[in-house]
Amino acid sequence: MWEYTDKVREAFLNPKNVGEIADADAVGEVGSIICGDALKLFLRIDRESGRITDAKFQTFGCASAIASSSALTELIKGKTLDEALQVTNQDIADFLGGLPEQKMHCSVLGRDALEAAIGNYRGFETTKKSHERIVCKCFDVTEEKIRRVAAENHLITVDEITNFTKAGGGCGSCRDDIQKILSDIWTIKEPPAPAEPRRLTNLQKIALIQNAFEREIRPGLQADGGDAEIVDIEGNRVLIELRGRCSSCMMSDSSLRSIQKRLSEITGQEIIVGISR
Amino acid sequence: MSEIYLDNNATTRIAPEVLDAMLPYLREYYGNPSSMHTFGGQIHRKIEKAREQVAALINAEPEEIIFTGSGTEGDNTAIMSAATASASRRHIITTSVEHPAVLNFCRVLGQKGFRTTYLPVDTKGQLEPGAVEHATDNETALISVMYANNETGVVFPINSIAETAGEHGVLMHTDAVQAAGKIPIDVKNVPLDMLTISGHKLHAPKGIGALFVRKGTPFRPYIIGGHQEHGRRAGTENVASIIGLGKAAELAAKNLSEEAECLSRLRDRLERGLLSSCPNARINGDISNRLPNTSNISFEYIEGEAVLLRLNEHNICASSGSACTSGSLEPSHVLKAMSVPHTAIHGSIRFSLGRYNTGMEIDRVLDILPGIIMQLRELSPFGREFLHGGKDQPRE
Repeated sequence: MWEYTDKVREAFLNPKNVGEIADADAVGEVGSIICGDALKLFLRIDRESGRITDAKFQTFGCASAIASSSALTELIKGKTLDEALQVTNQDIADFLGGLPEQKMHCSVLGRDALEAAIGNYRGFETTKKSHERIVCKCFDVTEEKIRRVAAENHLITVDEITNFTKAGGGCGSCRDDIQKILSDIWTIKEPPAPAEPRRLTNLQKIALIQNAFEREIRPGLQADGGDAEIVDIEGNRVLIELRGRCSSCMMSDSSLRSIQKRLSEITGQEIIVGISR
Repeated sequence: MSEIYLDNNATTRIAPEVLDAMLPYLREYYGNPSSMHTFGGQIHRKIEKAREQVAALINAEPEEIIFTGSGTEGDNTAIMSAATASASRRHIITTSVEHPAVLNFCRVLGQKGFRTTYLPVDTKGQLEPGAVEHATDNETALISVMYANNETGVVFPINSIAETAGEHGVLMHTDAVQAAGKIPIDVKNVPLDMLTISGHKLHAPKGIGALFVRKGTPFRPYIIGGHQEHGRRAGTENVASIIGLGKAAELAAKNLSEEAECLSRLRDRLERGLLSSCPNARINGDISNRLPNTSNISFEYIEGEAVLLRLNEHNICASSGSACTSGSLEPSHVLKAMSVPHTAIHGSIRFSLGRYNTGMEIDRVLDILPGIIMQLRELSPFGREFLHGGKDQPRE
């Protein structure tokens, strides 16, 4: 039994904006009957203002797919196309008071339909192009989609990618491939070299790093409900272990970089921070 | 209003007679049957009585019954025992539609170097005649084929498969978790070696099962420890549940043919009603060889979880083989093995009836479900195309 919120239940039992718009200005169709869910989105768009004046949908799928479709239409009605494009799959999930992790792909389906419809209106196809590489053959998911959804939702594990895109959820033979894509997205690239290395003994350097870590970096993380500890310092490599919220959520590329930058400033040397798993 | 429970292949209500039989052993007779004192030791006799009752359900000898903790344990034990009985036989035959208790255990053995054959089924969910014979060779250690399928209710020709196994000197196990208590089973007339029963599928509690092991069949215990169950299954006996299973087996045996007839009448009424009120619905499974209580129906162009949750609003309990209900992203392995068309595979609903269902409950489902199917088809782009014949008129 899925743990659906009351809002999901309500939107599933009494969905808003079901149907179709005759001579719609834009139609977006995503998913298929083979994959188990499909969404057809119709938009009425005011040409002058570029606003979505009406939205209707038809959905084949489970309760959360229907609820996500209903939520999408409620979110985008009255918005300009550019405003509507700011609506993320997370917004759809949030509108419903959250979706079970394994059902996040339903919110992505909604977001994809929106993009397809707006693409249709603007005269370009946003749906898969023939040259794009399909990673998951069971559910027809491209590398581009995996990269986009991973970046938008800060996904770091293959299971998360499966929850959000279904990729890897069929035969499972593409899971290694997905892992490679994820590693490529989230690997920290070369940090910039500092101008003049300071002369420090190893002991001094370790002390400086530990001090800065305890006094500046940890309190910052703790304020966000997370935490981290230094596991090891070897040469200029600092290995940290994530705790609290940090261990379950993705520590973003930029926050790791900023830790790295701060430690480099303090020591005057190029410090590389790695995460112990 | 109380629930209309049509999910008896998932689990059943404990029969009141069963609960009554169990309660003294949860309250005052809490002793250990292995104890020397009368307080504990007297319980041993009650366990032996339960063993006789379970044996009688399948026409076995009491000493051929081992109590287990679940159907899964029975399946795992039987397969492991047969797989390790002979060093030269390292091949296992099973079907592609088994319960995960068998399927996943065989997969693990496959990873450990056993050769495994998963027999396919046809579109009715039935095995091809001769498939078992064809797959068997002189390395085959075990043939494990379920008596009846949990999702479709399809009953396999266990007798002829067991005969084939016997001719090749191969051990034969059957997972009879869904069949026991629903259709007659007579191990004196079917030459199989091991058979699994689960308590909670026949109105006994959860957490109790039985494994039939024919006298003379080589057997290795799976759970190692004390001397309980004559050293064949260690662990202090789940006394109350064993007594409950005994009572449940007795009740099932006593009413087997009447109950089967009554259930199949109700089931057929449900199916007839749904097929006549819902176009493009299909029964999944071999209707001429099926458990009397099970109906697996697909409604094209809609998705099963949505149907279940709308039924749930009316307190009607059923299950589905759709992807969204399985926790995975793929629809049921059984329906896939049967090549159910893609327009129908996501929209399967399983109704499994039980002893306490009534005609009024079936009528209530027939009142409610066709409307749900219609609403969901109106919501579905494929359903609308089907209902309105291609491009439909503007609505609303």
